[in-house]
Formats: sequence, C-alpha cells, structure tokens
Amino acid sequence: MIKPFIGRVLVVAASAALLLYLIVPLSVVILRALDADLIEQFAQPTVAQAVRLSLLTSSISAAIVVTFGTPLAFRLARRKVRARPFIETLLDLPIVLPPAVAGLALLMTFGRRGLFGPMLEALNVSLPFTTIAVIMAQTFVAAPFFIRSAQTGFAGVPHHLEESASDLGANHWQVFRRVTVPLAGPSLLSGIILSWARALGEFGATILFAGNFIGRTQTMPLAIYQAFESDLGSAIAIAALLIVISFVFLIILRSITRGRLAHPML
Amino acid sequence: MKRLLSLPPLVLLIVSLWLSACQPATAPTPPAAQPAQPTAAPATSETTLTVFAAASLTDAFNEISSKFEAQHPGVKVTFNFAGSQQLRAQLEQGAVADVFASANTIEMNNAIRSELVVSGTQKTFVRNRLTVIVPKDNRANIQSLADLARPGLKIVLAAPGVPVGGYALTALDKMNQQFGATFSQTVLSNVVSNEDNVKQVVAKVQLDEADAGIVYTSDVTPAAAEKLTAMAIPDKFNVIATYPIAPLRAAPQPQLATDFIQYVLSGEGQAILQKWGFIGK
Repeated sequence: MIKPFIGRVLVVAASAALLLYLIVPLSVVILRALDADLIEQFAQPTVAQAVRLSLLTSSISAAIVVTFGTPLAFRLARRKVRARPFIETLLDLPIVLPPAVAGLALLMTFGRRGLFGPMLEALNVSLPFTTIAVIMAQTFVAAPFFIRSAQTGFAGVPHHLEESASDLGANHWQVFRRVTVPLAGPSLLSGIILSWARALGEFGATILFAGNFIGRTQTMPLAIYQAFESDLGSAIAIAALLIVISFVFLIILRSITRGRLAHPML
Repeated sequence: MKRLLSLPPLVLLIVSLWLSACQPATAPTPPAAQPAQPTAAPATSETTLTVFAAASLTDAFNEISSKFEAQHPGVKVTFNFAGSQQLRAQLEQGAVADVFASANTIEMNNAIRSELVVSGTQKTFVRNRLTVIVPKDNRANIQSLADLARPGLKIVLAAPGVPVGGYALTALDKMNQQFGATFSQTVLSNVVSNEDNVKQVVAKVQLDEADAGIVYTSDVTPAAAEKLTAMAIPDKFNVIATYPIAPLRAAPQPQLATDFIQYVLSGEGQAILQKWGFIGK
C-alpha cells in the first residue's frame, strides 16, 4: 500500500462504518429474537406458513429466472445483438423501479381488467391473489439480478479456451457445461444468490398484485409488515428467521459450488 | 488494519446480499403527500401540526385542514393517513405527532396503554357505518348479502387488526342470525386478501380485481362511486364504528393540537365530516 497514512485510515474508517451500519441492526434483531419467547412465536401458524410460502415461492422464482435467464444472458454476452443496449437497459429497469410500480404493472397486464384479462378469463385462469402471482412478482423483480451477473460472467470466459475444447472434439453443450459454466461460476453463483435474495425480500409488487392472505400469498416480508402492527414479537421472530435462513442458504450454496468447481468429477 | 483493507469476499457477499434484499418497503398506505390545499400565506416561521388519522378520514380531514389553516395563518397541517393499528404502532416506535384520530376505540386504548395518550383526553368525534361495495360492472352479479357466500367469489377485506376489518367480522357474525350459523365462515372462505387499510380495499374493488369488499359508508365518495356501487347493510347487522380523537402526550404543539380537535368537534368540523358520509358523534 503506497497510500499515505491518513488515506488509509479514512478508507478503513469508511469501510468499518458501512459494515457496522449493516451488521449491527441485523444483530440487534437476532438478539431481540433470542430474548423473546421464540418457541411460542415459531409455533404460530402465521409464522410457519409465511416461512413455508417464502421458501417455496422464492426457490421457484429463482429456478425460473435461471432457466430462462441463462440463455438470454449467454446470447447477450456472445452474439453481437443489435438491440443489446436497449435490452440491457430494459433488464436494468426492474432493479431501479420501485417494486410498487412492478406490482401495478403486473396488475394492469394480468389483472381482470388488464391487457390479458379477458384472455385469461376465457381460459378460466385468474392470477391476482394467487401463489402464482407471488412467483410472478418475485420473478419480475429478481430476474435482472441474475441475468446481468450471468452475462458478465459469460462475457468474461476466454474464447480461446472454448475454442480449444471444441477443437478437442467437444460439442456445444459439452463446451458450455464443462468449460463455460465452471469458468463463469462465481458470477453465476452471485447472480443466483442476489436474485434469490431479492425474490425472498420482495414486498411492494407482491402486496399489490398478489395481495395478503396467510398461506397463499403472505410471504415473510408481508407477515413482518402485518405483525409489526399487532405483535412486534412475531415480527422480530420472522425477521430473525429470515436473516438466519438467508445466511445458512448462502453458506450452503457457496460450499456446494466451491466443491463442484474444485472437484468437477463429483 | 491490513486485514480490514482486504475484506473477506464472504463478508462482501453478505453485504451485497443485504443491500439487495433490503429493498425499501414501499408502504401500501396512501401517500401522505395530499394534493396541495390552498393555505393562507405562511408566516416566515411556519408551525407544523402533525395529525395521524385513520385512512377513512382522508378526504374529510383534508378539507378540515384547509379550513383550519385558513383560520390559523402560519400553521401547516401535515397528515399521516394509514390503518389506525399501523399509526399506533408507529407512535409506539417513536414517531412524533400532535393528534391521533383512530377508527376504533381499541387502538385508542392501545395508545393509552402505551402512554402515548393521557387517559380521559380522548373524545369521540364521529361515527361511521359499514357497507358492502361491488365494482360498477358487478360481473359477479351480487344482488344481496346472501350472495356473498356464493362459492368462487373473490372478497377483499381489511386485515382483522385493522378497525374496519374487525368491524366487518362483527357484522358478518351478526348476519349469521339470518343466514345461518355457517354464513360468516363461508363468506370468509371467499376472502382472497387481507388489506392493510380500508382504502386498499376500495382500490381493489374499484380495479375490479375483487367481486366485493366491506368498507365504511364514508368511503363511497363521489369519486369512488364512479367505479363502484354500494350495497347497504341493514342496521340490524351493521356496526357503528366509533372514532376517538386525542392529543398526544408528547405533542410538539399541544395548544394547536387542542385547537384542531376543538375544530373537528365544532359545528363546522362536524358538518364537513357529515358531508363526507360520516355520522355525527
């Protein structure tokens, strides 16, 4: 480090301040949850149903995002797509838009009076107020996080390595699976984690499009919001659980991928 | 020192994880910034009166505030309209306000128990009644209260903790007398969403996303009536909602708070409330 002493102190101080600002509130929630009657809280059906619904919907949303997002990210990274700047801006939109706007947009499109309303009604399908609506809302807001990260990852894979692989006889799918994906791994992983977390924390679009009903559409953030007004202990318990679940899932995901990257045969 | 500078990637990942997961929770309550009301030219030092009021009071209190501001030059009334339960929770967590107007006595009593309001300073200032609302088109063809129990309907209510949600449950229970002991249960099984305040219920019915909702008669404003129809609930099933108002113990403007409450209780204030569909105290 060639920086002068003052510069170094400032950098450390700023980093520490931001880290503390993030860590302390989270720790407070955990500590307060440990204080309260946790067993009693978690036994409540509201909490259990919210947890189950959140994990289910966010996992499905993440899966959808990865399935549909990978081809898009790959194409964006590789082919010279003419409309690429436009598509990239479009993909960035859900990141910067307030979630309530996403919720309203989904309602205007898939609601009873929405663009596809009559068509859906003809098919006897109704989307608002359903668990599917929760997944739709989550997918909408979470997709960009994965796609943009995956795109960066794919773009960063050296072409000559892929070319060597196909020269050695691998077909497209083998090149993708054994060369491209492992090399893009870290970006793919962080993209999955970010989009999954975004889906798990989704609130605004969910409450507008999917509504709020225990077991069907009341995800953990909605449950926290409602519990805050009536039973703070419940809200804290759910919040603490959300923090812990996220942390654990994160660790598992990282160790799995690190393992796979290190031992591709397993 | 050096270890802090080379922050472990895991910590950074956690940091970015929470940066992304902690999206600002866009509260679904109606925005507190209401359309600009004509006020008297503010003096150089403007005093703000903060009123936390139940969502159902939005239109009436906006009009009351503009009259109040006209009579008190230099005073600006700012509102926080939301479900009474949410307002009380915010006050308990440290939000600062001068006046609290609740849509039921439960939340006012909660506020008293939390020592936000001095017991005895609360006064009933207005009352309200419930009504069923259906979208203008009424495609579900709901013609009577009994129709609410029809399977497959989409009914939206406020959450039980919201005053109007609690009142609705009481009214539905009363309807069991006429429609059978399982009526309210059947109706409740048609509920698809429990909203956070009454205006959200109105919105969902206006958008034709729900077949029916239960709100206050005062919520069927002229503007709302363009998109929905009210179906009266007979008195024998209906619930009289009692709205208490009180100054807050920690009010920054205690005298102004009392003045505002007095205005609400006065003939002028009551006339405005009744104009917007409320029942007198």
